[in-house]
Parts: sequence; structure tokens; C-alpha cells
Amino acid sequence: MTPLQRVQEKFSQDILETHAFRGDETVLIRPSVLGEVAKFLKTTPELDFNFLMDVTAVDYLFFAGGRIPKEFRFEVVYHFLSLKYNHRLRLKVAVDEKNPEVDTLTDLWASANWYEREVWDMFGIKFKGHPNLKRILMYEEFQGHALRKDYPFNKRQPLIGPQN
Amino acid sequence: MSTQTRSMLLNVGPSHPAMHGVIRLIMELDGEKIKGVDVEIGYLHRAFEKMCETVTYTQCFPYTDRLNYVSPLINNVGFAMAVEKLLGIDIPERAKYIRVIMSEISRVTDHLTCIGASSMELGAMSVFLYLIKAREFLYELVEEITGARLTISYVRIGGVKADLTPGFTDRAFQKIAEVRKVLIEADKLLTRNRIFFDRMKNTGKISAEDVISHGITGPFLRGSGIAYDVRKANPYLIYDRLDFEVPTGTTGDNLDRYFVRMAEMEQSLRIIEQCFQQIPDGPIAGELTGEMLPAAEMVDRAKMGQTEGLLTDEVDLDPTLQGSTKKYYKGISADKKDVVLPPKEETYGNIEGLMNHFKLVMYGHGIRPPVGEVYFPVEGANGELGFYIVSDGRDQPWRVRVHPPCFPIMSALPKCLIGDQMADLVPTFGSVNMIAGELDR
Amino acid sequence: MSFMSSASNFFTSKMSDAMGWARKYSIFQYPFVTACCGMEYMSTAAGHYDVDRFGAGFPRFSPRQSDVLFVVGTISHKMAPVLKDVYDKMCEPKWVVAFGVCTCTGGFYDNYSTVMGIDTIIPVDIYIPGCPPRPENVIDGLMKLQDKIQKGEQSRTLYDPRTKIGRPAQLQEGYSVVQHIKHIESSS
Repeated sequence: MTPLQRVQEKFSQDILETHAFRGDETVLIRPSVLGEVAKFLKTTPELDFNFLMDVTAVDYLFFAGGRIPKEFRFEVVYHFLSLKYNHRLRLKVAVDEKNPEVDTLTDLWASANWYEREVWDMFGIKFKGHPNLKRILMYEEFQGHALRKDYPFNKRQPLIGPQN
Repeated sequence: MSTQTRSMLLNVGPSHPAMHGVIRLIMELDGEKIKGVDVEIGYLHRAFEKMCETVTYTQCFPYTDRLNYVSPLINNVGFAMAVEKLLGIDIPERAKYIRVIMSEISRVTDHLTCIGASSMELGAMSVFLYLIKAREFLYELVEEITGARLTISYVRIGGVKADLTPGFTDRAFQKIAEVRKVLIEADKLLTRNRIFFDRMKNTGKISAEDVISHGITGPFLRGSGIAYDVRKANPYLIYDRLDFEVPTGTTGDNLDRYFVRMAEMEQSLRIIEQCFQQIPDGPIAGELTGEMLPAAEMVDRAKMGQTEGLLTDEVDLDPTLQGSTKKYYKGISADKKDVVLPPKEETYGNIEGLMNHFKLVMYGHGIRPPVGEVYFPVEGANGELGFYIVSDGRDQPWRVRVHPPCFPIMSALPKCLIGDQMADLVPTFGSVNMIAGELDR
Repeated sequence: MSFMSSASNFFTSKMSDAMGWARKYSIFQYPFVTACCGMEYMSTAAGHYDVDRFGAGFPRFSPRQSDVLFVVGTISHKMAPVLKDVYDKMCEPKWVVAFGVCTCTGGFYDNYSTVMGIDTIIPVDIYIPGCPPRPENVIDGLMKLQDKIQKGEQSRTLYDPRTKIGRPAQLQEGYSVVQHIKHIESSS
């Protein structure tokens, strides 16, 4: 039984989408159950996802030029790894544009702390309950969130020197 | 009268002699003892991920070079493998071996730089000079194949840019022998050196639980006694055919990480040697039986329709960017017309080749993977280097995310430092091998 | 009378020549290393290429003690105030070397986070392009800098990032060695 099947079995109500494109098992869930799913992934002995390898987000604004409609603008993407079983799982959380907020996972994995700060910095997605949610890569004076698709890639906000 | 004490705040960085990288630490000190550390990063944020969204897949390679600039070939390989996974293609055997050889050379240069720089910061200047000398030997090898020393952009989607040069194996064995000599010298100078040993031993300690919780991989994780290596756990390329060990430490202090790095360099050199023994003749080597002609003449002949036998001719580039005549070594690529550029002889020689070329290079065409998302991890010099790519079916990636191995290590830096002395910052920071280009992207 | 004045001119011009000669072979550099170029900077400084032959072998990590600011690697907008601060704290006479194409023009990082050439924020004397420049290239730049030091020339121009039109730099009050010594004396 693969990790994907286990998650499907347990949370069949709240799963929006699953796929295993090129062998990467992926689950897309609603934000309301993120805490529960994460706890399930970490504490179930058959899964034992002790590594939270990566947290990032994707902005699907006008995805593929609008040809592929997306219900939710953002997806927060978690990559898990189990050292014991050497299996991986990608967990995605659909996040609405109006209220971009998901639960923090800092109490389960310490690595979530900085990754979630980065997602907040780059995408402006808030993490409820995060102990220190502030910008990490950009400076505090920076307006907007750089990796959102509606932020122009060359819009500069210099601290000193000429504006351009 | 009682003495009142309060802790002192000390700012280190972002440009500090003991910090070979741009990072700022705000430390709370009680005398010499570190009570708290606040790490601030982002001083080298160069918008790698945003830039990749504005260029085509092939044009991402120069940006990946500059992520971990001490081992750029591993980044190249990682990105190429991720795109190949997205496309679902396989590459020729010979290209796989070349990728492994170049990755391992890069891993050795990375570890050499790490140990050299951290020992220099501990006062062992001569070790730094010796190890940079060894790195110079390896850069010469890299330059011979890729044409550049550092930012190489060597790997292509579906293969590599150029084949190995004739006689490369012998030269590589010579250089490996030289590097081994230097490693033995460095080992003699450092390992039983009282100052070095005492400053590395029992400093920067971190437990295995903390390392796992922080998601740290690479020499840091192995130094804490967990033998996780992507090359063993999910073997990619041809790592499953090679015989190498994963060195581990026991206590997770700076000395263990130093030992792990030294042992890993030896293992990497072993891997290179094995690859040279196993490497098959590729689809390119041995085919060039025709005359040697300059590139311009080839184009002229092709224009007049004299394309007979053009593919078997050897083309020589005159002059190259290096200012001297150099033979053109053909790349090794998968046989996929929608991904790999045709040989130049085809492009100049017949209309199908020309159309194929333009379909791949013109704006709005190019390599078009299917809609989907993949994550591909490779073992970088600092740990698991993963590329997560989302494609929307166009020639530009919708999103490229790199999982930087330094990032979790830096988030755990306070755990390593708290409780140590102020001076222990230097060896600890040296042994985490922070590469700002990768950390801040 | 004319003899006297020409003699003093002769003396002062020879004196400045001698000063320039002395300065150009004892370059105390501040390596402001941020990024990839640092690897080539290391290679240049180490035994194989050996910048010590040009009297520039010893890096100083205090802006007060250094004459030449080597800006090695990309400068982001977050880093720019730090660079300006380091430059302002250096004593006159001072020179700046832009090492690598990111410092010269911003390179291919034309994006929201990167400064488009450090000559928009501090004056630059020598540009060493390349991504990263080869050590030979760096040594060539270093020799050009030595010429400039010999002649006593210093750049005082800042450039607009888009139009590349120069304008005189509004530098902070030049912080001279004399002032520095006075500062130390007054504080002790």
C-alpha cells in the first residue's frame, strides 16, 4: 500500500485531486485539514514521514495562458520524505486568493519555520500560528510579494541609489 | 556591592572576515558564551526562481550554475534530470557516465573549498593554499571538457554539451593522483593538529533528532550518524553500478563533519576511477572519420549543397572564446528531435535539420514538456539538491523551485551555536559550508 | 624666480610620482566578497596565480585600513546600503574595483532584487567583466588599477542605471587618515 493510497483511504472527503505523474505521488487537499493530514503523515508508523524536505508555493494565476482553469489561485506544496521507508509524498494545499492562509507545521517539523517564512515573503501566504512570520529573503521595506505572477520581474524597490 | 551583568548584543556580518559568505548573525553573548543567535539571510537574493519563469528551459542552465557556485556541475545535472523526468526521456549511457564524472569532480572541488576556507579561518593558511592548488588541478580538468572553469553550463537537456577529449582519462588519473597527494598533506597538517582538533572537537554539536527535524541532509546529516545519501537511497544516473561507501560520523560535531568530508572526497575520487573503467564508447566517439575542416568552410560547403559526408568530418572552431583554435567536440544527446538540437552539419546541410533547429530555438517554440509537475533530488555537495518544476505545456517553466541544502542548515545554526563560545562560531560556520548563492538563490 | 618655481614643480611632480609608485605596489584591498566571483578571487589570491607579485596579496577586512575596495559578486538591493557604508568608511585616497559582470552592469540578473551595476551607488575605477572573470583577467585589471594609482586618478562619477549618463558623486566628507587619528585621540 503506497503512502498515497493510505492518505486517500483516511481523508477521502477532503481530497480535491490526486495524481502520480512520473511516479511522484501527489495529493491536493483543502486547507482546513492540513494539520490533521500532516499529523497523520508524521505519526502513522507505516508512513513515518520524519523529513519535511521542502515547502514552497505555486501561483496559478492565469495558468497556461488561461487555457487550464484553476479553482484556487495558490497551492502550497510540501515534499515529505521518510528515512525509514525511503518513500516520498507531495502534499499540496489549495489556497484561496482572498484569504491566503494555512496552518503552520512548525510544531511538527522544525524545518517548516524558515520555509514558511520564505513562502510568506515570496507569495504572501500567511501561516496561522507561526512563531516568527516575517520576511526572510527580502527586506522589510519591500512592497508586494515577488514570486506572485502579477509582480513584474524587474520592478525594483531600491533602498538607496536611484529609482528605476 | 553585587556585580550586575547583562548580556551583550554583537552583530557579525554581512561582510565579515570570518564569514565567507554574506550572512548576518545577531548574537546575544553572556561574556564569551553564546546565549542566542538570530540569523538573517537574503543578502544575495538574485531571484533565481523568478528569472527561470521568464526564460526557456535551456536558458535556465546559466542560472543554475550560479546557485551553488562551488559545485556548479551538480546543479546542472540536477536541473537537467528534473526536466528529463518531466519530459520522460532517457539519455545515452555515455552521457550518464560523463555526468557522474563531472558531478564527482565538482563534489571534490566543493569539499576542498569548504575545508580550505574553514581551515584558513582557523589560522591554517598553508592548508588553504594547498587545497586551492588541488582545486586548480580539477578546474583544469573541468575547463578542458566544458570550456570554462566555474560557470560551465555544460549539461544539456537530453545529454551533455561536449564529449570527453582524447587522452582525458590519462590526464584525469594524473590529476587525481595529485589531488590524493594534497589530501594526504592536508590530513597530516590538520587531523592531528592540536589547535585544529581542539577547536573542531565538541563544537557546533547537533543531535540526530534535531538534524532530522530541521530537514538537513548531506555531510551534516551523515556527521550526526545517519547514512542517508541520495546516491544510495534513490540511485540516479549510474550510481547503482558503482562501488562506494557513505561515510558517517558519530557525535555530529565539527570534527565529524570534517572527517565525513575528507572521506567523501576519497569516495568521489574512487567513483571517478570506476567510471573511467566502465564508460562505454558513445554514439559520437569513433564516428568522425572524415577530414578536419574549419566551421566557416563547413557552412560554405553546406550552402552549395555539398553535404555529402559532412557528418563524418571533424569541425574545428577558430577562434574560440579562449582565443585559440580548439577542436569542436560534439555533444552526446538522446535521440529526441523535439528536445535536442540537431548536429550543426545537419542544420547547415539539409532542410529537415534546419527546421528542427529553428523549431527548438525560435521564440514561442522550443522544448515543450507536458503539463505536470516533478521533483527530482540529486546529492549535492551540501545535501539533497532538489528541483521542483511545474510545467504548463509552454516552452518556459511555470515555476522552478530549488530545494537548497544550505537553507535548512542555516535555520539550524542557532541550535549548533547556543552554549558554545564566541570563538566557536568560526569553525562551526566553516563546517556548515554556507554557499550564499544557493541559500538565498 | 622662474627657475625656483619650476624646480619646486619638478620636486612636487616627482614626489607624487614616487608616492604613486609606492602606493601601487602596496595595495591593501578590502575584498567585499558576496557571490560566485569569490571562487575566482580565491583562485587569484592563492598560490597558482599569486597576486602577491603585484603587492596586493594581503586582504584587509577593515575599511579603515584598506585602499582598494574589491566588490566581488552580485550586489542585491538588500546589500547595497552595506556596500555604501563600507565605501564611505574607507580613507582617502581610495579606489574601487568592480569584479565580475554583476557589479559592472548587473549582468543577466535584470530583476527586482539586483543592483544594476554598483556604479549607480559608488564610483568605480576599474571594471573587470566576466562571469566570473578568469584569474588572468583579474590580474590584467589589477595592472590597469596600478596604472591609475600611479597617475593618481580616481573616479568620482555615478551613473544612471538605465541611461548610463554620468553625474558627479555626492560623496560624504572625505574621511582622511588625519581625521581618523584625531578621532582615535579624541575618543581615548
